[in-house]
Amino acid sequence: MSTTSKPSQDELCQLFRGFIAAQNVISDAETLKPYECDGLSMYCEMPLIVVLPETVAQVQEVLRICHRYAVPVVARGAGTGLCAGAMPNAEGVVLSLAKFKNVIEINPQTRTARLQPGVRNLAISEAAAEYGLYYGPDPSSQIACTIGGNVAENSGGVHCLKYGLTVHNVLSVEMLTVEGEKVTLGSEGLDSCGLDLLALINGSEGLLGVITEIQVKLLPIPEKARVVMAGFDNVQQAGDSVGGIIASGIIPAGLEMMDSYAISAAEDFAKAGYPKEAKALLLCEVDGTAEEVQEHIEQVEKLFHSFGATSVRTSQTEAERALLWKGRKSAFPAVGRISPDYYCMDGTIPRGQLAHVLTEMQRLSEHYQLRVANVFHAGDGNLHPLILFDANIPGEFAKTEEFGGKILELCVAVGGCITGEHGVGIEKIRQMSVQFTELELLQFNAIKDAFDPVGTLNPGKGVPTLRRCQEYRSIEPKNKDMENSNNTNSNKHKEGVAHG
Amino acid sequence: MADLSADIQQQVLAARDAKQTLNIIGGGSKSFMGREAVGDRLDVSGHRGIVNYQPVELVLTARAGTPLTEIEAALAENNQMLAFEPPRFSGEATLGGTLACNQSGPGRPWTGSVRDHVLGVRLINGLGEHLKFGGQVMKNVAGYDVSRLQAGAMGSLGVITEISLKVLPKPAASRTLAWDMGAQEAITFMNQLASRPKPLSAACWLQGRLYVRLSGALSAVEATLKEWKGTELTQDQANQFWQQLGQQELPFFDTDLPLWRFSINSAASIPALDEYSLIDWGGAQRWFRGEQDKLHMESLAAAAGGQVSLYSGGDRRSEVMHTTPAVLQAIQKRIKTSFDPDGIFNPGRLYHWM
Ligand SMILES: Cc1cc2nc3c(=O)[nH]c(=O)nc-3n(C[C@H](O)[C@@H](O)[C@H](O)COP(=O)(O)OP(=O)(O)OC[C@H]3O[C@@H](n4cnc5c(N)ncnc54)[C@H](O)[C@@H]3O)c2cc1C
Ligand SMILES: Cc1cc2nc3c(=O)[nH]c(=O)nc-3n(C[C@H](O)[C@H](O)[C@H](O)COP(=O)(O)OP(=O)(O)OC[C@H]3O[C@@H](n4cnc5c(N)ncnc54)[C@H](O)[C@@H]3O)c2cc1C
Repeated sequence: MSTTSKPSQDELCQLFRGFIAAQNVISDAETLKPYECDGLSMYCEMPLIVVLPETVAQVQEVLRICHRYAVPVVARGAGTGLCAGAMPNAEGVVLSLAKFKNVIEINPQTRTARLQPGVRNLAISEAAAEYGLYYGPDPSSQIACTIGGNVAENSGGVHCLKYGLTVHNVLSVEMLTVEGEKVTLGSEGLDSCGLDLLALINGSEGLLGVITEIQVKLLPIPEKARVVMAGFDNVQQAGDSVGGIIASGIIPAGLEMMDSYAISAAEDFAKAGYPKEAKALLLCEVDGTAEEVQEHIEQVEKLFHSFGATSVRTSQTEAERALLWKGRKSAFPAVGRISPDYYCMDGTIPRGQLAHVLTEMQRLSEHYQLRVANVFHAGDGNLHPLILFDANIPGEFAKTEEFGGKILELCVAVGGCITGEHGVGIEKIRQMSVQFTELELLQFNAIKDAFDPVGTLNPGKGVPTLRRCQEYRSIEPKNKDMENSNNTNSNKHKEGVAHG
Repeated sequence: MADLSADIQQQVLAARDAKQTLNIIGGGSKSFMGREAVGDRLDVSGHRGIVNYQPVELVLTARAGTPLTEIEAALAENNQMLAFEPPRFSGEATLGGTLACNQSGPGRPWTGSVRDHVLGVRLINGLGEHLKFGGQVMKNVAGYDVSRLQAGAMGSLGVITEISLKVLPKPAASRTLAWDMGAQEAITFMNQLASRPKPLSAACWLQGRLYVRLSGALSAVEATLKEWKGTELTQDQANQFWQQLGQQELPFFDTDLPLWRFSINSAASIPALDEYSLIDWGGAQRWFRGEQDKLHMESLAAAAGGQVSLYSGGDRRSEVMHTTPAVLQAIQKRIKTSFDPDGIFNPGRLYHWM
């Protein structure tokens, strides 16, 4: 812990350049600029220094120095995060893992891969393909986002309903503690003894340690995959047919829904042949052996018809399947074309509440005079309302954020949560106290203390810090005395930039 | 069907005031696991009942004292199941104890563990605070994953009062093939089968015979049966085998000898033990009976990429879990303290230092 006074920016750079190549220690404003935000560019902050170490030993040394002087450290993968989780700290160091791009090993026999943290999500499946294997979780950002960032956010994708989230697909991680000590959580086996720290690290947003190596499970590439697309006149019917599929005993590989705004934006963008007149569109992918897919596709088509689908189309070729998905996977940028800016929310709800939530959202949309397009991981209840706005209109982003906050409160009110896969970061830190009581937040803080007592790992993110110390936790629970040192008010909002 | 959480909370607060420790008991079925338990009994088995079950949402919420049999009966009515196939120990095992011990059955590599299926918990910590983490939805990344942290913690972090789980449809069909072969050959073969895109759902080798279960759509299962050949077990034989394996009721488990559980790389070989082991989870879990030096067993496990624990029998006053490196010990102790600052719950059950 820091006893001496903090070194200046120059002094810190000097220290880092002692063991990291000079060009990988950045401190000039122009080169720092691209690091000022992640994918949520409305939130930004210039860091003191960015370092791009090339070996784990260098990362260790960076952490030791930062620990010695209590300098904040913000780990960074590809910076595609959507909650300002990788947004820099003004007094801190951005620790970029971008140089750690190696697939260390693909083991076809055990169906596992060992990876450096900067390996891109898609690169894992590309490397595994020659063995007939792939990596399950597939965030839409998979071309760019890194496996280190995926673990830190516990990322999901359209195939999560069947193949699980990141946490279900990671066997072990090598992690550096805030002091720079190397530890391994998990093993090559499926379960480990003692407290499951690996479960804590998944989704910990860089607050508990810096991940330097990851071992993931790989899956055999299914023999066959086909997707059924169905259009509906109303959202209720589409929602009910999702329930109908699940009740029939089929777990689709992917089950996605879009509302009319999203359908027409995606269709204009991808020309996938989506029915533009539909009020809701479902994409249901079924995978498995050839026989199984045939059997399930027939059931799904029948179900869609029985729930009143106005159009049903099933992919006949791989190219057609890819095309049908293209519209969905590019829904964010597509929506970006029909509006100067959009703001992506990420609540999860019990699926049965969908119609109610969409109606309520429509009411809010009218109240705030802001349009909203909906993209929905329907199978697991994860909703992505995209609020359309124009950052050049003064006050419009503030209004958008308020609208977004109301949507998240709505999700919690119907028994859901404020974030299904994008994380809390800074963006949703205020809504944490909607989902959790103060005592629960204190428990989170206590867990953070167990890893990082001084609080230099990604400070101000993930969990609101409460002023009171842990020892005084048992005092009156009503005291709503929160200190959000990184409250959004204190951040400059960069105007006029669309993300995603 | 009673909600006793207020009661349990009072007992925790009383224990804290009196500086007493508590031994949390669900059904008591797994008292053989972990180290010897000390402390006053805190019986949570009365706190039971399914609180919410929405088959269409694939989510079930129940109080921790609910017997697994009750939960599985409710699921079966809707053709659903606990995909992690937990041992029921003759119907005594509770949902809380199952999560606390992270007990999963033969399907674990394919359908996941209890840790994989838990979505949320309510828990009373050592300060008597009743807290809620996670939720009743499939995806939730708000805050640290305290729910999964309970898996394998053996009650050392608090009294779990309520658990929400993801449940799954029962597979439409299930068939079992067997082959006669040695352990080394079986390990290789199991891993080969697992790398094919076929509806494999369990693979276990015992005493010269490899058993492989296929589950899923009938057409897929039948086509794979033909392709893989092997000897098909009758439905009764198959049910009995997987049932007895999952419930740890095979004669193999009926022993007074120390029982070791290895959780390791699925393809590793441990030549000294494999032929005498029960090899489950497609090679990733191995059971071995016998008086052995624990450190020796740990070195074998480490060489095989994993860990070993003394599951039952043997000296239960010494450590039974794989040795934890010092840095991780320190972090685990601090986590324990963050939940239970006075060390009330199950002291020493997991490790002597916790
Ligand atoms: C060696 C042995 C073998 C047995 N085998 C059988 C058998 O084959 N058939 C049979 O009928 N009976 C068997 N039993 C007896 C049987 O004990 C039952 O009484 C009981 O089955 C249920 O236990 P449980 O799963 O609820 O977990 P428990 O055994 O009660 O608890 C396991 C662990 O979980 C923790 N825990 C439990 N509930 C909670 C909670 N709510 N919150 C936090 N932590 C919790 C406990 O503190 C403990 O650490 C066996 C007993 C022993 C000793
Ligand atoms: C168009 C678009 C689509 C998206 N679609 C999805 C989607 O479908 N599903 C989904 O889940 N997400 C999605 N995202 C969000 C984002 O891509 C994921 O959160 C991703 O995992 C972030 O990875 P990254 O490498 O960019 O991490 P970054 O943004 O760099 O960092 C994310 C967080 O992880 C921490 N971190 C990064 N690396 C490490 C490390 N090595 N050790 C410790 N902490 C670390 C950072 O401090 C930060 O808190 C999408 C984003 C965009 C822009």
